[in-house]
Amino acid sequence: MSGGLTRVILLGPQRLQATVGDVVGSLGVDGPVLTITAGWQEREMEDVELDEQLRGRSVNLGLYRRAERVATDDPELAKGHGELQRRVKLLRRAYNVRLAHLVDSWIGLVGLEGDGAVLDPEREAVLADVRALDERHLARIRELRREFQETYRPHERPSMSLHREEIRRLAADARVVVVAGGHVAVLLNRMRLFGVGELLEGRTTIAWSAGAMALSPRVVLFHDSPPWGPGNAEAFDTGLGFFPLVVALPHASRRLRLDDRGRVGRFARRFAPAMCVALDAGARVEWDGRGWSSPSGAPRLSEAGGLEVIAA
Amino acid sequence: MTASHKASGSVLAIEKLKKRSSRAPGQLNAFVAKHSFPIVEGGSWTFVFRGEADRVSLRHWIYGLPSSQPLARLAETDLWHLTMELPRSSRVEYKFEVTRGGETRWIQDPLNPLVAHDPFGANSVCQGEGYEVPDWTQPDPDSPPGRVEDRVFESRALGGSRQVSLYLPARYRPSRRCPLLVVHDGIDYLRYASLQTVLDNLIHRLEIPGMIVALIHPGERLEEYAASPAHARFLADELVPKLEQDLSLLSTPEGRGLMGASLGGVAALFTAACYPGRFGRLLLQSGSFAFADIGDHRHGPLFDPVARFINGYRADADPRAVSERVFVSCGTHESLIYENRSLLPVLESTGMEIKYVEAPDGHNWENWRDRLRQGLSWLFPGPLWMVYD
Repeated sequence: MSGGLTRVILLGPQRLQATVGDVVGSLGVDGPVLTITAGWQEREMEDVELDEQLRGRSVNLGLYRRAERVATDDPELAKGHGELQRRVKLLRRAYNVRLAHLVDSWIGLVGLEGDGAVLDPEREAVLADVRALDERHLARIRELRREFQETYRPHERPSMSLHREEIRRLAADARVVVVAGGHVAVLLNRMRLFGVGELLEGRTTIAWSAGAMALSPRVVLFHDSPPWGPGNAEAFDTGLGFFPLVVALPHASRRLRLDDRGRVGRFARRFAPAMCVALDAGARVEWDGRGWSSPSGAPRLSEAGGLEVIAA
Repeated sequence: MTASHKASGSVLAIEKLKKRSSRAPGQLNAFVAKHSFPIVEGGSWTFVFRGEADRVSLRHWIYGLPSSQPLARLAETDLWHLTMELPRSSRVEYKFEVTRGGETRWIQDPLNPLVAHDPFGANSVCQGEGYEVPDWTQPDPDSPPGRVEDRVFESRALGGSRQVSLYLPARYRPSRRCPLLVVHDGIDYLRYASLQTVLDNLIHRLEIPGMIVALIHPGERLEEYAASPAHARFLADELVPKLEQDLSLLSTPEGRGLMGASLGGVAALFTAACYPGRFGRLLLQSGSFAFADIGDHRHGPLFDPVARFINGYRADADPRAVSERVFVSCGTHESLIYENRSLLPVLESTGMEIKYVEAPDGHNWENWRDRLRQGLSWLFPGPLWMVYD
């Protein structure tokens, strides 16, 4: 994402505590509000409640539906995209195999008692290994995607041009964009496929849950207590980068063991210098182009293992 | 270490009581008021009964221990007690057998409010240190409830109609195809294993996908579930095709599951064996997989068809895969642990993906309830890692 955006507002999950309507209202901006609900997948257009929140001003870009249409109209592109997905999936499996070993080593070294002068450099070294693995994984995915882009040039294809033109037209009069949550990979893929990032530059963007993750520089998947597996957070993909240096953590209280200082501290250190922001219901965190603030007092994970409130 | 001392070396509560010089009713009342019962101290469990009786025994279903164990009367009192050593985190269902004036009755523990229900009534429950009732088995106001609808299906295979209840997830939409799980003894799973609450919670938590669950009401259960080809035909040739025609289902092997406990586990495995590859997911809990390498299988004539099926499967030099992914669970306190452990290498040798889980619990519905999260989420993983709504 190049420059141009000046304001992003990240919200907590909306299902039980909807605040998006009030937030959009508080902007004092007239005109249509673009909505992106592709993360809801086949329920993308079941957006009556969202439209009510936005007082009937919503214009849904229908990215999920458009992508389905493109897949039908352009089998060559669909096949290429399917192959990209297959390769990314395989790469993700390989990454997780390596990650499991490194995280185990890290936890093992943290738990090892003894002379800090001897052990601390080892702990730092394994942390550096984890961070390097995350970076490498994201770089490999970017590489695969670049190959796909160069081979298929999706934005230049006739199957895409009509949709891109429509999106541009719909966006012309809108100064506010709302990106809802849902399936983060689906949402990210659809936004990337249609080049929505570039098309929406200069508009105030409000996003929650998967929407907030997709707009971030880096998408981190996380859950500390899954029914199976160790629950190691994953550097899943590079995000759209609407703002710098934030890892968005929707439903943090439910998905993370925030009372486990060891886990919280490791999480924060692994993704530093990015700020790991807990986005629970009611949270509001704002980027004004220069820095972050939180009128709701949303917390960030600290490297010491606690939670620190982001200043209003 | 004897039962009179817990692991830390401190003296058990009942031993302290026994050493007291006074055993006046007031002292005993104070003792009862001070503790919750049974008294769990590390691995030592002390069962206590108060009342006039000629004999009091603990009745339980822990395999490997005498199923009836006498409580001793504390001299000159109406307090009866028994201390046992059990693995930590155990969960045990039990009753007291009280004999008074020649009459014997099985009763729940009057000092223990915890009970578990089953089709035969209710038992008292003792939870060892480390056992916790999983939160996902309890109603969560945030979890939108699914609904259960009763339907009747005509069956040529079984010769008559069969009632089947259908669980439909809260956000079921015909626009999305979802998996189908067929559950034996489905109504018992609803009543005694909180299945609907579990499904609502696991779906809400994204640990399993929204799925349709067909809850079978058995007819002649002991016949139909005991390796009956007619029952298998009913499921595979009649019920499932009809559901796939009427509902938005994946209709693929990995989207079709069979589940059952005890004899229901046999019915699930047998149906899959009759239709290899049709059902890609099996959840088998404490299956009554009776077999005998030599001699009698010791489960009685009703289990003859089961033993024929399991014996045949075990004897096969190259047993075939009947499904893709099979989750097996069993309690270490139940006799069927032997049958389940014995079947495991056979299942593994077929190349099917097998996950086997044991728990220090017995042959009961809450044991089966407590394993559902592991089983369902492994067989039908939900979009937990990908969906943030």
